[in-house]
Amino acid sequence: MHIPDGYLGPATYGTLFGITAPFWGYASWKLNRTLKSRQAPYLALGAAFSFVIMMFNIPVLGGTTGHATGTTLIAVLLGPWATIIAVSVALVIQALLFGDGGITALGANCFNIAVAGGLAGWGIYRVIAAGSDVRSKRRLVAAAIAAYLSLNVSALLTAVELGVQPLLERSPEGQPLYSPYPLTITIPAMLLEHVFLFGVVEAVITALVLRYLQKHEPEMLRL
Amino acid sequence: MKTVSKLWIGIAVLALLSPLGLIIPALFGAGGAWGEWSAEELRDLIGYVPAGMEKLSRLWSSPMPDYSVPGPRRGLFGESLGYMLTAVIGVAVTAGLAYLLAMWAGRKNRQQ
Repeated sequence: MHIPDGYLGPATYGTLFGITAPFWGYASWKLNRTLKSRQAPYLALGAAFSFVIMMFNIPVLGGTTGHATGTTLIAVLLGPWATIIAVSVALVIQALLFGDGGITALGANCFNIAVAGGLAGWGIYRVIAAGSDVRSKRRLVAAAIAAYLSLNVSALLTAVELGVQPLLERSPEGQPLYSPYPLTITIPAMLLEHVFLFGVVEAVITALVLRYLQKHEPEMLRL
Repeated sequence: MKTVSKLWIGIAVLALLSPLGLIIPALFGAGGAWGEWSAEELRDLIGYVPAGMEKLSRLWSSPMPDYSVPGPRRGLFGESLGYMLTAVIGVAVTAGLAYLLAMWAGRKNRQQ
């Protein structure tokens, strides 16, 4: 899901920086108004969790791997705006220090995983959990469903961005200049593994951590 | 113990367990993620490297590519240690940067 440098043409990665930048701006402005400095450690924890959980690669049939992102769990606990900042920080460090995801693709990767993933996870959780008690089972179910769908939203966006490249960017001879596979390949390839495995892993991790927090640190679920 | 300290212990445990994310795929003979091949790997798949990708993919060379520490290959055990070390470094840098951003963002609300 971390698109490397060279897979997206300038039109696509430029557009996605353009779309993501206002979300970064609004999220910072929102934190500026609402975040108290005693909450800073939680933002750091969220970013660190997102970073490290993405290192747990899981093999899937067909010889590739994937992983959870922790985005929905962070969104449930900290809200969508803090999540956009926390997960974006993790993605920036992954790209700069470890070459996981491209520099030119940072706008795209932050949009897919942090912005769209965070807003979808938070929104779905809030709708399903609305009005439920902090310690209720419904919160766990809501978070699990939200995590599952959110990761698949991120995967689908990634697949679409990769899959439109052969349509947008071709040499005069008609050869793809960037990511070579069409939508008919990228969407099934990305969605199958996320629908059947990685989305389920994301849901289970989210529910397990939340259940622990419900029992031991219910204050954290007050949001 | 304070909530924050307990959660940090959880993150530390995850960082120490992170080599599982390297070892388990290796046991199954799985490579990287779909759509994240290097230019050379893509050449093996489709027979050529797209011209635009050729240029862009060399734009940035990270200091610890694929969560490995610089130096010669050391087998799965050595790579696992490197993976764990990069997890610790990554967690520390990520948390530090996020903390600074949060302190900066929340600077007006310091007293609360």
